[in-house]
Amino acid sequence: MSTKAPEPERPAARPAAEAEARVPAVPADDWVNPLRDARDRRLPRIAGPSGLVIFGVTGDLSRKKLMPAVYDLANRGLLPPGFSLVGFARRDWADQDFAEVVHDAVKEHARTPFREEVWQQLAEGMRFVPGDFDDDTAFKQLKDAVDELDASRGTGGNFAYYLSVPPKFFPKVVQQLKKHGLATPPEGAWRRAVIEKPFGHDLASAIELNRVVHEVFEPEQVFRIDHYLGKETVQNILALRFANQMYEPVWNRSYVDHVQITMAEDIGIGGRAGYYDGIGAARDVIQNHLLQLMALTAMEEPIAFDAEALLTEKLKVLKSVRLPDDLGASTVRGQYAQGWQGGEKVIGYLEEDGIDPESGTDTYAAVKLEIGNRRWAGVPFYLRTGKRLGRRVTEIAVVFKRAPHSPFDSTATEELGQNAVVIRVQPDEGMTVRFGSKVPGTSMEIRDVSMDFAYGESFTESSPEAYERLILDVLLGDANLFPRHQEVEESWKILDPIEEHWTRHGRPAQYASGTWGPREADEMLARDGRSWRRP
Amino acid sequence: MKIDLTDTTASKINKALVQGRRAIGTPAVGMVLTMVIVTDEENAYDSIRAAEEASHEHPSRTLVVIKRHARTLRDRTTSRLDAEVRVGSEAGTGETVVLRTYGEASDHADSVVLPLLLPDAPVVVWWPVDAPENPSADPLGALAQRRITDLYAVERPLQVLEGRTRTYAPGDTDLAWTRLTPWRSMLAAALDQARARVTSAAVEAEAENPSAELLARWLEARLGVAVERVVSAGPVVTAVRLGTPNGEVVIDRPEGPLATLTLPGQPPRTLALKVRPTSELIAEELRRLDADEMYAVALRGEAAKENA
Repeated sequence: MSTKAPEPERPAARPAAEAEARVPAVPADDWVNPLRDARDRRLPRIAGPSGLVIFGVTGDLSRKKLMPAVYDLANRGLLPPGFSLVGFARRDWADQDFAEVVHDAVKEHARTPFREEVWQQLAEGMRFVPGDFDDDTAFKQLKDAVDELDASRGTGGNFAYYLSVPPKFFPKVVQQLKKHGLATPPEGAWRRAVIEKPFGHDLASAIELNRVVHEVFEPEQVFRIDHYLGKETVQNILALRFANQMYEPVWNRSYVDHVQITMAEDIGIGGRAGYYDGIGAARDVIQNHLLQLMALTAMEEPIAFDAEALLTEKLKVLKSVRLPDDLGASTVRGQYAQGWQGGEKVIGYLEEDGIDPESGTDTYAAVKLEIGNRRWAGVPFYLRTGKRLGRRVTEIAVVFKRAPHSPFDSTATEELGQNAVVIRVQPDEGMTVRFGSKVPGTSMEIRDVSMDFAYGESFTESSPEAYERLILDVLLGDANLFPRHQEVEESWKILDPIEEHWTRHGRPAQYASGTWGPREADEMLARDGRSWRRP
Repeated sequence: MKIDLTDTTASKINKALVQGRRAIGTPAVGMVLTMVIVTDEENAYDSIRAAEEASHEHPSRTLVVIKRHARTLRDRTTSRLDAEVRVGSEAGTGETVVLRTYGEASDHADSVVLPLLLPDAPVVVWWPVDAPENPSADPLGALAQRRITDLYAVERPLQVLEGRTRTYAPGDTDLAWTRLTPWRSMLAAALDQARARVTSAAVEAEAENPSAELLARWLEARLGVAVERVVSAGPVVTAVRLGTPNGEVVIDRPEGPLATLTLPGQPPRTLALKVRPTSELIAEELRRLDADEMYAVALRGEAAKENA
C-alpha cells in the first residue's frame, strides 16, 4: 500500500483491511470505502443498495409526487445502481403495465427533463404485485419479488415500505408484512416503514396507531412524512437562526412582540369530502405542519444537527406550550361560505358534495399559543390555517416590538409599522425583512420598506422537491426531517383540549370565500392590540 | 435590455448597470457571485450561453473579457475599452457585461474587472480556452476564489496537466475533473456494494485524455494500487475496472449515455452516465467555492503523499 491513511475518519480501518487482504471473505464492519472522503464534497450522498415498495401505488400522491420524485432522484444520480421500485395495488397488471404507468406519471410530473437512459436504468428494476391487503398470496408474491430483487439487482435486503394508503389500512398492512417476514431485515440490512399524515385524529388514536406500527417496526425505522419539513425554506430556518450571528440575539421576548404562522390555501376541499369532514383544518394542518414550524422557530439551539438532538429541542418546545385559559376568546374556527375567489364564483363548504349541511367541521382555524420558557414567556404565537382564503401562502412572521424610544416626531413615524422578519415557506420561497427607512425628501418622514431574499426565484431550478429529499433521506436512514412519534403525541396534547372545547361550544363562524377568514379572527387579535398580516 | 458603450471606463459601466436595473424595475438583485470569463471572440458566444444557463442556479454578474487583437499596427498602439451591458431577460438571472479590450488595455484587464466585482461576493474566473500557465499568478486569476480551466481545450493535455500539478494553488479546478464526478460517484457507489479491497485497477480511454489521467491518478491515490492506463477507441473514458479478491468491479461505457455495471456475483446492470453539457459542468463548479482538495490529490496522484 503506497498511500498512508491520514484521514481521521478511518484511523484503524486501513491496517485491519491489510491484515485481512489474503482472506477475501466479507470485510469487517469497519470496512471503509477508500473512494469516499469527507473532503470530496462533489460526490453526492447516494443511497446504499436498496429498494422502495409503494403500497397504494395507483393513488394520486404516488403518481404526482412519489414516482416523479424517484425518477428525479435517479436523474440526479442519487440512487444506487440496481435501485428497485415495487408497486403493490389492486390492479391486474404485469410488470410492464406498471412500468408504463410510472413512465406516464414521470413524463407528466417530473421536474427534471426526461432522459431515456435514466429511464432504462430505472425500468429494469420495476416490479408489480397485484393484490389486496388481506390476500396472503399477494404478500407471498411480494416476498418473492423482494428476494428476487436481492439476487438479481443487489438490493442487499434493504427495503423501505411506503404506505400511501388510508390510515385504517395501516394495521392490516404492517401485520401482513410481519406475518410474511417482510418486516424483519436479514443480518446487516434494514427494513423501514414510511407513513403519511394523518397520524391519528386525537391523542388516543395516535398512540394506538404508533403502537400498531411499532409492534412491527422499530421506532427508529418508522419515517413519518411531513412534506413541509422537506422544503428548503424550512430547513433554512435552522441555517438562518443558528449559522448566523445577527438574528439569534433578538430572537426572544425582549425584542419579539409576537409570531404569526400562516398556512393558507385558495382551494376548497375538492374531492376530499370523505376524508375532510369530521377532521377539519386544525387536525389536518395545525397539529402537524404548523406546530412543527412553530417548534423550529422557537426551539433552542440543538447540540448537533442530527435527528436525536433536533427531537430533543423540538419536544421541549412542544411540551412547554401553554394553552390560554379562555379557549373561547383565544381560538377561532370558521367555515367558508360561498363567495368570489380570484374572479370565480365558488360554493360554500356546507354546499359541497358529500358534506352534511349541518357539519361543524372547521375549514379555518386560528389559535393563540404561548410557550412557557424564559425565551418566549409572554410572546403569543398565532397559528392560523384555512381553505378558500385570499391566496395560497405559507409563512412565518416574527414581528418585533416597536423601538422603545423615538427621537422623531410622531408625525414622522406615522407610517412606520413594526419591524418583522418573514420567512416565506411557499410559494416564492425566501425571506423578507421589514424595517423603517427615511422617505427621500426634505422633511423627515419614515416609512416601512422591505428587504428581500428570494430563495425560490434564485435557486429552485436545482433545489430538490420536498418528496425527493425525503425519499432520499429514508433510503439513507437520515431522520432529521421526520417528526418522531413523541412529537406527534405532544402535538395532539396541545390540540385535543381545543377540539374538545369546540365540540362543546358554538359552531364555526362563516367567512366569505376569497377573504382572509372570519371577522372573529380579526377580533381575536384586536383584543390583544394586534392585527393579522396580509400575507 | 442592452446598453452599448464605446471607448468607455469601468465607472461608466457601473452607471450603465444601475441605469439598466432601474429601467427594468429591479433595483436590487440577490446575486451570489461574480463570474469572470476570459476568452476570445470565437468562444465567447458558447461560454456566455453556458454561464447564463448556469446562472439559473447561481444568479451572478458575468463579466466577459474578450481581448481583441487589432490587425494594423496603428490600431495596436491605441488602447480602448468597449462594453456591452445586458440586464434582465437577456442575461439569464443576473447581469452580463461583455468587455472588449484593445491594445494596451488588454494587458490591464484586471483594472477594468476590479471595480465591477460585486461587493463582498466570491469571484470565479473561467478560461474556456487559452488559460494562463499559472492561473493563480495571473492578474485576473489573483482576484478569484476559484479558477476554472479546461484541459480539453489545450493541444497537449498531458503536458499541460504536468504544469498544472506544479502550479496548483487552492482554488484551482479543471473541467476535465468536473466531468468525472458521475464516474467517481458511481465507482464509489459500486464499491459500497462490493465491499472489498481493491487489488488492481485499470482505466480505459481514448489516447491523451486528461480526464482519464486524472481518474487514474485519483484511483491510485485513494486505492493505493497502480492503475493501468489502457488506450481504447473512446469516446473519452470508456471503462474502469477494479480488481478485488472476489472478482472484478467494472463500469463499461462503450458509447452513448448507457453504461453497464458489473459486480462480482451479481448480474450486470445498466447505469445512466451521460456526457454533460458545459453549462451543467459550470453549475457544478459554482456549487462549492472553497478549495477542491480532492482535485489536488488527483493532480498529484500516487507519487505524492496526500498531506505532503
